[in-house]
Amino acid sequence: MATVSGNLPRPLPEAPTGFRLWWQRNTNTRAAYLYLIPAFAVMAIITFYPMGYQVWMSFTDYGVKSLNPNSKTYQAPNVVGVQNYSDIFKGDLAKKVQNFDFWKLLTFNLVWTFTNVPVHVVLGVLIAVLLNTQGLWFKRAYRAIYILPIVIPTLVVATVWKNLFDPQSGGINKLLATGFSPLIRAGQGMGLFQNVDLDTFFRIRWFDQIDAPFFADAKLPIASFWIVVAVAVVVGLVLIRLRVPYSTPICLALGALVLGYGIIALEMPLSYYAMLIANIWLGWPFMTIVATGALQSIPLDLYEAASIDGASPRQQFMAITVPLLRPAVIPAAMLGVITTFNLFNFVYMMSAGGPIRKTEIMVTTAYTLVRGNQLYGVAAAFCVIIFFVLLGLTLLTNGITRGTERYDV
Amino acid sequence: MSEKRLRLSQQLPYQLLAAFIAFTVLVPILWVVSLSLDPRDLSRPPDFRLIPPGASLDAYKRVLDKPTNNPVTFTELALNQLRLAGGVALFAVLIGIFAAYAFSRFEFSGRKVLMLGMIMVLMLPGIATIAPLFVMLNSININLGDIQFNLRNSLWGVGLALVSGALPFTVWNLKGYLDTIPRELEEAAKIDGAGPNQTFFLIILPLAVPSIAVVGFLGFLGGWTEFALSWMFLTNPKDFTLAMSLYNMVGQYSADTPWSTFAAMALMVATPVAVVYLALQKYIVGGLTLGSVK
Repeated sequence: MATVSGNLPRPLPEAPTGFRLWWQRNTNTRAAYLYLIPAFAVMAIITFYPMGYQVWMSFTDYGVKSLNPNSKTYQAPNVVGVQNYSDIFKGDLAKKVQNFDFWKLLTFNLVWTFTNVPVHVVLGVLIAVLLNTQGLWFKRAYRAIYILPIVIPTLVVATVWKNLFDPQSGGINKLLATGFSPLIRAGQGMGLFQNVDLDTFFRIRWFDQIDAPFFADAKLPIASFWIVVAVAVVVGLVLIRLRVPYSTPICLALGALVLGYGIIALEMPLSYYAMLIANIWLGWPFMTIVATGALQSIPLDLYEAASIDGASPRQQFMAITVPLLRPAVIPAAMLGVITTFNLFNFVYMMSAGGPIRKTEIMVTTAYTLVRGNQLYGVAAAFCVIIFFVLLGLTLLTNGITRGTERYDV
Repeated sequence: MSEKRLRLSQQLPYQLLAAFIAFTVLVPILWVVSLSLDPRDLSRPPDFRLIPPGASLDAYKRVLDKPTNNPVTFTELALNQLRLAGGVALFAVLIGIFAAYAFSRFEFSGRKVLMLGMIMVLMLPGIATIAPLFVMLNSININLGDIQFNLRNSLWGVGLALVSGALPFTVWNLKGYLDTIPRELEEAAKIDGAGPNQTFFLIILPLAVPSIAVVGFLGFLGGWTEFALSWMFLTNPKDFTLAMSLYNMVGQYSADTPWSTFAAMALMVATPVAVVYLALQKYIVGGLTLGSVK
């Protein structure tokens, strides 16, 4: 900034006015825009323009025939208004795209996210606490091993787990057979499990079995799930507002119940559980690293003072560790929510949304709408919807993050 | 401060637990490693052996020679992937560092609006603009005399689409790192009469080299594991990438791929980036949360 001038008095130049005044006063703005131009010029062409084009496409019937203007069968895309959106929301799209159901898809995507991330967080924090135990042997070795799932590309992780869940030769079925066959055999000796054929029982078809393994005939409508969510949110807010004792554990239990209801209502097939297991393997180490960093910055004096005052280890954990971990772990968890919501490579490679689109998430659906169905207009509309869903999710997670950013001891 | 010693009655259960966790982490990894050494070339080996008898590196040789049914070697696939990853990382960092500097160090009118625009794009996964990118790139045919190609059906097109996703991420992450560089040095430079350009090139840029390396690596990693766009855009086997070939080796259409080949391929794709990631780990995790907080 040119606010400090030389110390010799000079004749003042004529005072500039209007645009020149603004120009001279805003050296900062000028320099800043100079630095921003390259990035925003590139983004204007390959990001913002396609986004605008996408909005226009979403109001047209853009299809395969509109792709090549030089071909004989070329058909210019017609503007069809909100047809694509209403097809998606009302379910008419199912005529062109088998088993498409937007509300089920959205619900699955959310339940998928919120059954994954809490497990990552809880496991991650507990394992970080275990690793942080004073005097534990082989700490470095454990740390080196625990980081492996982070450093291996998700793409490779997904393909490896896909084969681990292979019905015939996959490691998981083999492991289950080795572990449980003796138990079942012993049970059969006592007259139990008579209808179990051990040769085929552990050929579990993780990604092909359509029926839900639990409560397959509950037949709960998806709408009822959202009513349950609304009720739980109201109850939780009231409990917190009235400062009912133990409101936090009650709220957590409520959340778990709601998710359980969602799992039953969505008739989750085995491929959901397979992906859940694999993604837990993939997800907790990141939380452990974040929590370890935070744990190491907690001064040990706090624990000493607490133990002098007679606090048990459990009390120390709840009153010192948990609140001081919160500012580091919550933002990481929120990052995890967005990542898990959009976990394309993983879901596409493991279940590919199957069976019958039951484990499809929003981004994999958008992808198959373009690649498989070639319904470009519909896909564009669908992506605009994704944008708003993500906007809502981001605002929610940012709100939560900001609310927990600081913690005053 | 020296560490307290743990009583043996506590040490043992903790060790058991920690070892069990390590076991669960290692199972898939050991499984792939031992599969890759299996000499039998079976599509679906009926039994599992931790150290297969007659262990050999044949699978690795096969992968190097001809990993897929297409007449393409591993090196060619890796080069394609490398072009994508390296190009995207280089381009995104070169352009991104300027914007990151502006966002990190200048107060200017319109800053909030532009940041918001950046965050909005950042929030959107790359796949959410795949329909217009496909249509638009498909309509561009490059014709340079001898060289004629459709932009969509080429690594250039995929690279362009990738940069569109990588740039906001790079700007945001670099800004996070630049924010942590103390301002005292710049202030001293300013007093000595340095303008914003001199400050940037002589002070910030040299200090930011480690973070540029980290963000560049993250961009590279994105390109190295890129699958969605190349799988949708590319049809010519000469352009195929590692990620596409690896995907082709699993699932129902891959019954003729021996698992040893798949396992060797998976390890060869994962190992180079995993090693670099391990080396840079400390900086990467810090940066990821840095970007997410503010």
